[in-house]
Amino acid sequence: MIAYIIRRLLATIPIMALVAVFVFMLLHLSPTDPALIIAGDFATPEQVDEIRRQLGLNAPLYQQFLHWAGNLMQGDLGKSIYSGLPVTTLIGQRVEPTLMLTLCTMLIAIVLAIPLGVIAAWKVGTWIDRTVMTLAVFGFSVPVFVIGYLLILGGSRKLGWFPVQGYTSILDDFGGFVSHITLPALALGAVYMALIARMTRATMLEVLNEDYVRTAYAKGLATRKVLVKHALKNAMVPISTTIGLGVALLIGGVVVTETVFAIPGLGRLTVDAVLRTDYPVIQGVILVFSLTYVLLNLLVDLSYVLFDPRIRY
Amino acid sequence: MNDTTIKDPSLGARLRHRAGVVVDSLRRNPTMLFGLSVLLIMAFSSFIAPFLGLPSPMEQSPRDRLQPPSGDAFFGTDMYGRDLFSRVLHGGQVSLVVGLSVAALATAFGLAIGLVTGFMRRVDAVLMRFMDALMSIPSILLAIALVALWGSSVPNVILALTIPEIPRVVRLVRSVVLMLRDQLYVQAAIAAGTSTPRILIRHILPNTIPPLIVQATYICAQAVIFEAYLSFVGAGTPPEIPSWGNIMAEGRMFFFQTPSIILYPGAFLAITVFAINTFGDGLRDSLDPRMQRSV
Repeated sequence: MIAYIIRRLLATIPIMALVAVFVFMLLHLSPTDPALIIAGDFATPEQVDEIRRQLGLNAPLYQQFLHWAGNLMQGDLGKSIYSGLPVTTLIGQRVEPTLMLTLCTMLIAIVLAIPLGVIAAWKVGTWIDRTVMTLAVFGFSVPVFVIGYLLILGGSRKLGWFPVQGYTSILDDFGGFVSHITLPALALGAVYMALIARMTRATMLEVLNEDYVRTAYAKGLATRKVLVKHALKNAMVPISTTIGLGVALLIGGVVVTETVFAIPGLGRLTVDAVLRTDYPVIQGVILVFSLTYVLLNLLVDLSYVLFDPRIRY
Repeated sequence: MNDTTIKDPSLGARLRHRAGVVVDSLRRNPTMLFGLSVLLIMAFSSFIAPFLGLPSPMEQSPRDRLQPPSGDAFFGTDMYGRDLFSRVLHGGQVSLVVGLSVAALATAFGLAIGLVTGFMRRVDAVLMRFMDALMSIPSILLAIALVALWGSSVPNVILALTIPEIPRVVRLVRSVVLMLRDQLYVQAAIAAGTSTPRILIRHILPNTIPPLIVQATYICAQAVIFEAYLSFVGAGTPPEIPSWGNIMAEGRMFFFQTPSIILYPGAFLAITVFAINTFGDGLRDSLDPRMQRSV
């Protein structure tokens, strides 16, 4: 197992190296001169030259890359063009809201979507199944910000149950945290829930046709026990794969959700950086998100052991 | 020399057969027909919008700003007094053009790369690592970064949304190719000395089409949503073009006074994506019987 983890971690190195090359090339493949982007519309040619010199843009490309990658290895993502602060500091300040939002969303989505998928598969072909599946297609189709604004309109405006926007740290005020995070987590979770529910239903349908499920029923086990212990446990491998891959959807949604609900997280940081073409920040955020995504999917692969003792690493 | 070859149905005949299957399933599958009709209505109304005699989507009229829906302006007006109904109808053009272009480009590139990687082992190892790396960057972030650096224009949005989708198409095509490569008829073709391009085009390509069409509808639906995301966060379609994402982005500041600026384009967006998805689900059921009733 440990040997496998080490092997997998080593295998992520070339992938992350390639990601780093992409992220580096992003700027240099852009049709405009990076120095011009940074200097803005009103810079004089001398100012542009000065910036180009400061950034070392006159050096050959491979030297620039080695320099940038060398800093990267030491955890230095460069400095924000806009604020002059190190990108790592900026990201560090914004991690908490995004992390909490993502975790809460995953929690809500998994807790709601898996039972829904199981019930839909159990009651396949009935109105329950059709309702769940229709809801899932809606979840896929209604964009995050539309759900977000509808929730604000209903939950905050009409009912007054939730604050409209903003964020409170879980460390400062737990009640405030819960009331601030509920609506964004529901909005962000819709697509994710739809994905998990559909996958759960599909795998459950397959598993429910297996002989051992019939045997379990035949020996008189309670339906719930058959569904959860015999069927769901066997269906969990593809479901957890979907949960892991679906995080990409969440990361995309975070950017929009944080804008709708005015949450000061990494998504807002990204949007602000985009509006200011603050490219070191954009590069940093992409690297951090990609690394998280890769490592998370490694964790998912390892979790298979929990569900299927036949899998040994 | 051709005397001995058994005449097999031409590509045209096979496509006609497939089309027949689709028409047939449209008749049997009312939700798919519903999806297609809604989609066609959306497309028709957005492209016919300039000829309906509506107020121009750009025409400002500061005196009538932030009006609620009324007989004069079905959806009310925005903060510059522009007619929201006209803007929302015109907005569909960008969404549909982006959605269809991204679906077409991503499947075309993905198909070409997937056929080659699936069949040529040596290219495969290198190219797939490359694709893995591309896939580990969340697609929306990649697209946002690309548009931010390239500048906002509709072609840039299309390209930026296409690039992250290509690896997923490559994976799909590659999996089909890998499965077919060991099939007896392909082995026989290789043994008979058929050239690789001919095997790829004649014997393998046709089998990748049904799952690709289904995949293309999902890519299209996602591209329509992502275009709106990009415009909404300010890294998409240029702000002067009325696209659904842009209209909603502008309505953000006025949401509590005039929620209609966000809700109407949002509803159109959701209905369009819903229609594409239902159509895609129906296509999948009819084109790919093995996947029927799953996922």
